[in-house]
Amino acid sequence: MPIKLAFLWTDILIYCLLLVVGLYIWRARSKAHLAAPWRKVARRPMAMASAVVLFAFLAIGLLDSIHFREALPNQKPGAATEYSLEVISPLDRILKPLRTQTEKTYSAPLAIQLYAMESMEQPDGRTLRGHPRLKHGGAHLGQDSEHRHNDVLRLVAQGTLIALLIWCALLIAIGQRVTWRALLHGETELPWRTILFTVSVLLWIACVLWLLAPKYHVLGTDKVGQDVLYLSLKSIRTGLVIGTLTTLIMLPFALWLGVMAGYFKGWVDDVIQYVYTTLNAIPDVLLIAAAVLMMQVYMDINKDAFASITERADFRLLFLCLILGITSWTGLCRLLRGETLKLTEVDYVQAAQAFGVSHWKIMSRHILPNVMHIVLITVTLQFSSLVLAEAVLAYVGVGVDPTMHSWGNMINSARLELAREPIVWWPLAAAFVFMFALVLAANLFADAVRDAFDPRSE
Amino acid sequence: MLIFTLFFAVNSPDNMARIQLGMKHVTPEAVLKWKREHGYDKPLFYHGAAQGAGKLNDTVFFNKSVPMFAFQFGAADDGRDIGHDIKNRMWPSLALAVPVFLVGLLVNITFALILAFFRATYVDFAGVVLCVAMMSISGLFYIIGGQFLVSKLLHLVPISGYQGGWDAFKFLVLPVAIGVIGGIGSGTRWYRTIFLEEMGRDYVRTARAKGLAERVVLFRHVLRNALIPILTGAVVVIPTLFMGSLISESFFGIPGLGSYTIDAIRSQDFAIVHAMVFLGSVLYILGLLMTDVAYTLVDPRIRLS
Repeated sequence: MPIKLAFLWTDILIYCLLLVVGLYIWRARSKAHLAAPWRKVARRPMAMASAVVLFAFLAIGLLDSIHFREALPNQKPGAATEYSLEVISPLDRILKPLRTQTEKTYSAPLAIQLYAMESMEQPDGRTLRGHPRLKHGGAHLGQDSEHRHNDVLRLVAQGTLIALLIWCALLIAIGQRVTWRALLHGETELPWRTILFTVSVLLWIACVLWLLAPKYHVLGTDKVGQDVLYLSLKSIRTGLVIGTLTTLIMLPFALWLGVMAGYFKGWVDDVIQYVYTTLNAIPDVLLIAAAVLMMQVYMDINKDAFASITERADFRLLFLCLILGITSWTGLCRLLRGETLKLTEVDYVQAAQAFGVSHWKIMSRHILPNVMHIVLITVTLQFSSLVLAEAVLAYVGVGVDPTMHSWGNMINSARLELAREPIVWWPLAAAFVFMFALVLAANLFADAVRDAFDPRSE
Repeated sequence: MLIFTLFFAVNSPDNMARIQLGMKHVTPEAVLKWKREHGYDKPLFYHGAAQGAGKLNDTVFFNKSVPMFAFQFGAADDGRDIGHDIKNRMWPSLALAVPVFLVGLLVNITFALILAFFRATYVDFAGVVLCVAMMSISGLFYIIGGQFLVSKLLHLVPISGYQGGWDAFKFLVLPVAIGVIGGIGSGTRWYRTIFLEEMGRDYVRTARAKGLAERVVLFRHVLRNALIPILTGAVVVIPTLFMGSLISESFFGIPGLGSYTIDAIRSQDFAIVHAMVFLGSVLYILGLLMTDVAYTLVDPRIRLS
C-alpha cells in the first residue's frame, strides 16, 4: 500500500462537525420554519459573496484535514512496507513544489535573487558581494534575469485566460436556469450576479497562482527559506479548527447548563450562575496562559505518548480549543439562561408541564428548538473573534505549537523583521491579508445570519 | 482559588523548582532547598503532621492564598515584592488605559450618532461595512502598522519606551491612538444598534409628531436615553483598566501591569500570575457592583431592593 492513513484528533472532530452540519442541513430542508431564514440569508448579495469566500477557505482547510504517511521509495521486496515519519495531507501533495523548494533565507515576492547581500565566489576565484541567485525561484529562466518581467506577465495572462474559460463555462451553466436580462440587472432570486463576480475574482487568483507558484515564490520566502504562500495556505486549517472546534467543544456545556439554569431555577440556577461568574471573573488570557503552561509541563513529562511531531502539535491545538471553549461558553450560557427563563412562562411549556411531560423531554423538545437561533447567531459571531484571538495568544507565547503553521506564529516570528534594514514585509503582510479575508467573510456572513434569525430585526 | 487548584493539578512544586533553577542538572537537594525558601515545601491543602489549626494553616494553599484577601501579595518567585511592583506599575497602566477608554468612548459615540443620523442611506451602509472591515483586522496589525508608519517612517514619536512625568506624553500618544482606532469598529457598530433600537421607541415617534427637527430628536431625546445602556456597559470595564492592556503595553515597552503579567507568564512566575489573577477577579466583581449602582443612578425606574 503506498500510503498509510494517520488519524489526528482534530481531523476526527472536524468530520464529526461536518456530519452534524450535514444532518442539520438535511433536517432544515424538510422543515419550512428552519429553511425560511436560510433562504433569507441566501437572497442577500453580501452574504452570498462572503459564503463563496468562506467556502474556498473551507475547501482548502478540508483538503488539509486528511493526513497520511507516504511509503518510502526504496522498499525491500518481501519486507513489511516502511512509511516515512512525515505526516502529510492531500494539500501538501498538491503543493509539493512549494513545500520542497526551499531557499536559503529571505527572498522578496517573485524575486529570483536572495534578498540579502552575500559574498560569492566567482568562477575565476575572485569574491564578489551581491545578491546570489535563488535555487528554485525562476530557475527555468537560467542565468539571464532580463526576461523575468515578461515571463511573469506571460504566466499571468495565461492564468487569466484559463480563468476566463472556466468562468464562461460556469456562466453558461447558470444561464440555463435564469434569463440573461435578470442576471445582468441583478433581479434573480439568488444573487447570481454577485456570486459570479466573487467566483471570478477567486478563480482568477487561483489560476494565476496555479501557474506562477511552481516557478516563482509568489509571496517570497521567510527567514529559513520556506515559501510564504505555502505557509499561509497551511495556516488556513489551523484558523478554521480554532474557530469551529472550540465552538463544538463549548456548545454542550453552554446549551445544557444554560437551559437547565433557566428551567429549574432555584439552587441549580444559583450553582450554575456561580460557576460562570467565577470563570468570567478570571481574565481570559491569564486562564489560558496558566492552562497552556500546565499542559506544556505535562507534555514534557510524557514525551513518549506522541508518535510524531505533528501529533504532538495536534494535541496541543486540541487542548487550546478546549481551553478557549471553557473560557468562552459563559456568554452563550447567560444568554440561553435568560431566554429559557422567558420561555418557561410561555403557554405551551406550561401546558406540557400540566400534562406531566418529563423535564428532560420539555427541555429537549420544547425549549431547545426555540433557543437554537441564539446558538446559531452566537456561534457565527464567535468564529471570527476566535480566529483573531489565536494571533494574540501566539504573541503571548501560549498559542498553538511553534512547529504548527498558523497566522499567529507567522506574525510572531515576522514582527521583528520590520525593524530590519532593508525591511522584510511580506511574511507579515501575507499573514494579515489571509487572516483579514477569512475574518471579514466570516463577519459579513455572521451579520446576515443574525439579521435573518433574530426575531427582533424586522 | 480555582486558578490555584488548576495550577497545581499538573504543575507540581517539584517541576516549578526545576524550571526556576534551569531545566537540566538539578540535584534533588537543590529542589528541596528552593522549595523551602519559597514556601512550597508544605502539603497542598492538608497538613496531617501539624497540630490543631496548623493542620490547615501550614499548607501551601493557606500560606499563598489567604494573605491575598488582605492585598498582601508577598514576594515573587525571584524575590521581589509583588505589592511594591504593582503599586509602581499601576500608574503607567492607567496613563495608557484611561485615555484609551475616554477618547474611545467619545469617538465611538460620535461616529455612531453620525451613522444613526444618516440611517438607511448609503452613508450608513458604507459606515457599517467600514466598521466590519475594521473589526476584521487583527489588533496586532494596528500596533505593528502604526509603529512602522508613525515611528519608523515619519519619526514623529519614539517606537517604544516610557518615562515618568510629562515626558510620558510623547510615548503615550501612539499607543492611545492605536487603542482608540482598534476599538472603533466594534464600538461604533454596537452603539449604532443601541441608537437605532432607541429610535424605534414610542417617545421618539411622539417627539417627531410634535414637529421637532430630526437633530433635536436625536440629540435631546435619543442620545440621553441611549446613554443609559452605554454608560452602564462602560462602567463594568472601569476597574479592569487597572490591569492595563496586555498586548499594547508589551509592544510599546510601557512598564505597566499588562507587560508585568506577560513577563510573568513567560518566565512561569507563579506568584505574580496568581496575584494578577486575584487582582483581576476582585476588580471584575467591583465592576459588576459598580454597574448595579450605576443603573440606579442613571435610570430612575430601577431601584435596588
